[in-house]
Amino acid sequence: MTDLLKFITCGSVDDGKSTLIGHILYDSKLIYADQAQALLLDSQIGSRGGEIDYSLLLDGLMAEREQGITIDVAYRYFTTEKRSFIAADAPGHEQYTRNMAVGASFADLAIILIDATRGVLRQTRRHARICSMMGIRSFLFAVNKMDLANYSEESFESIKSDVDALKRELNLQSAALMPLSATAGDNVTTPSVNMPWYSGPTLLEFLEEVETAEIRDSGLGFAMPIQRVCRPDASFRGFQGQVESGSAACGDTLTVLPSMEKAKVKALYLGECMVPEIFAGQPATIQLDRELDASKGCVLAKDASLKSQKRFAATLLWMDDAVLALGREYWVKVGTKLLPAKVESIEYKIDVNTGDHLPANVLEKNEIALCRIEASENLVVDLFRNSRSLGSLILIDRLSHATSACGVIEEIGGGRLEGVVFDDGKIRVETNLFDLFLFNPLSGTIERVRPEPSVYRLGDELPLKGRGYAYPGDFDAESEKDSIRIRNSRFAGFGPHESSVPLLSRHGLGVSENGLDPFEMYRSIIYSA
Amino acid sequence: MTHLERLEAEAIYIFREVAAECERPVMLYSIGKDSSVMLHLATKAFYPEKPPFPLLHIDTGWKFKEMISFRDATAFEKGLTMLVYKNEDGARQGVNPFDHGAAYTDIMKTQALKQALTRYKFTAAFGGGRRDEEKSRAKERIFSFRSESHAWDPKNQRPEMWKLYNTRINKGESIRVFPISNWTEKDVWQYIRREGINIVPLYFAKERPVVFRDGNIIMLDDDRMKLFPGESAQMKKVRFRTLGCYPLTGGCESEADTLDAVIAETLAAATSERTSRVIDNEAAGSMERRKREGYF
Repeated sequence: MTDLLKFITCGSVDDGKSTLIGHILYDSKLIYADQAQALLLDSQIGSRGGEIDYSLLLDGLMAEREQGITIDVAYRYFTTEKRSFIAADAPGHEQYTRNMAVGASFADLAIILIDATRGVLRQTRRHARICSMMGIRSFLFAVNKMDLANYSEESFESIKSDVDALKRELNLQSAALMPLSATAGDNVTTPSVNMPWYSGPTLLEFLEEVETAEIRDSGLGFAMPIQRVCRPDASFRGFQGQVESGSAACGDTLTVLPSMEKAKVKALYLGECMVPEIFAGQPATIQLDRELDASKGCVLAKDASLKSQKRFAATLLWMDDAVLALGREYWVKVGTKLLPAKVESIEYKIDVNTGDHLPANVLEKNEIALCRIEASENLVVDLFRNSRSLGSLILIDRLSHATSACGVIEEIGGGRLEGVVFDDGKIRVETNLFDLFLFNPLSGTIERVRPEPSVYRLGDELPLKGRGYAYPGDFDAESEKDSIRIRNSRFAGFGPHESSVPLLSRHGLGVSENGLDPFEMYRSIIYSA
Repeated sequence: MTHLERLEAEAIYIFREVAAECERPVMLYSIGKDSSVMLHLATKAFYPEKPPFPLLHIDTGWKFKEMISFRDATAFEKGLTMLVYKNEDGARQGVNPFDHGAAYTDIMKTQALKQALTRYKFTAAFGGGRRDEEKSRAKERIFSFRSESHAWDPKNQRPEMWKLYNTRINKGESIRVFPISNWTEKDVWQYIRREGINIVPLYFAKERPVVFRDGNIIMLDDDRMKLFPGESAQMKKVRFRTLGCYPLTGGCESEADTLDAVIAETLAAATSERTSRVIDNEAAGSMERRKREGYF
């Protein structure tokens, strides 16, 4: 069991989130005398007719106290004999969803409050969905205000069946349920005498004992995204970062992603101490046995399942007042790497309250959608379900510098295959070689028809003649490093361009070399066929 | 990893991100225990390189003498640049903690800080603020964005997800960065013990000349502190839980003259550490108001 539990409390407005945490702190004598005294004084002039208003312990901004609402996440720290806790108290209003998501990204466990008199609401579902999206794997559904529901077991049971449905819908593996009253104190820190039918733990007991299910960062291999290169003088060059998964020891061979260069570990440091081995979570400095090209944003890895890819699909939570502009460049940050990237398309929007998939071409603040993203260069990424650190991202507006969106990576690569892909077993290159362009003389428009997506492996024969194109049997098509070689109408692997055959772009268009007239060359390709 | 190791790792990660991504970082150094912890973390984060930024101390002219000598010794020992900035205009006008109350804090601390940040064009400033200190701090992001006029907008903070910190700003804007946001006072003390970190001797109980005023124990650190009629200087064994300007910092009577004794007393304490700060007790929301205006 970890000795620190980070949890978030959420639920709809007025479900008593702040009151609940305030009550735990107060009951457990976890607030200082001066704070307790201030609380009593504030409560006397507050809105609860002199009763202690525990929420005043948490709502710290002037605007919040004036309006009696929570706008932003508050973090509270307390320790019992068994464990230390950090509680993130999240706002319930839909307009502050992004602030609630901030708290969720921080937490290992979510307490979702449900008002016993109102049951599972849209907001309950929204909060559970966002917590799940942001990576929380342990849930506690706390049915609050049982005092107002006459402590009735029937009311509790009917809410339980709604919660079970929600658990199934969101595929929540670990989710507990308990009845309580935050204002009256039932089952908060002491067992309720009003609900003898409930025999489970109190909230505090639950928090002290719960084992949280976490996303295991890749589990398998070693990965450390480089934050910075440390070079105090010419004799020392060390890569500094936090180990995200696995372990590495002196003498191990590490691979730098994305360049794939390899080197051996010469020395390892934790702070000022040299150590023989480093482990997940530690902030390390790694010295390698030879100079190689690696800098911030590269990842040092060993046996890790990481991929270098430009394209991936991610579920985005849009957080900016300005709507998502498809095709515009944003900055994307994954791990420690910052790169220009475009959102190419919105696959579908997800209704935050119901989970329905909806067609969409705009994305507004507080909306969620599955989007396809293309970075300007290869990024080292993983699926979010494998790695919290290399599977999550933020998008930053290039002009306002606002954090426009956060997201979790769901698919890597093209995802749903598009176009014509060449694969030699090591490298995959996507092209538009067999696109068909139809000119509509009536409207004056050109329509692009994409072929059935297909993958060609070494030796596969290609359909070089179609209704709108005819390629020669031998040519090279441009790719990022080497060309794609087509010989005798078959895919012959990747390699440098050979000048004996014509060179085409990835879109199937002729490429001018050595000052040749491109039109002449293109014609020669078409008509020689 | 233990709780302290996780907090340490988080802080080191933040130090490194700022050093790698921000153009002109600086570390605010207030000489207190939190600053000592911050400096220790920064040393660990960059070793064998020295922290790649200067330290900045805003000197109001009213700090304890022992703080100033500790500051200078620390800078020398660590081989770091210590920028000391004082609002000379305020000093010339004779602004002092006795006659000017809240205006003193504003002019000699907040205004001085803003002047220094503007003058050196710092784009990121590390501070040792912790979320457990005060309610508006409990709401602040680790990377806390400031407008060109150094103002904080608590109702519209940048979202901060996982540890994907957004350090991008426009010209003139800046970021305050709080690497030990998630530490509690207890964590700070336990870390000081675990790592053997040097702190100002004022934290340990010792016979000191003090006066009792408005429920606070104020130390007579120099002869600028005038006694009111009826007041008298007394020698008392006192220590300080937080350090600031001596006329505004209340001490507590204590026998705790070792680190273990101080920690034991702190953990058993019935009042929060900020009660010893005279300025914080003015009005609910006073900290938020000062922070909006540019205070750390």
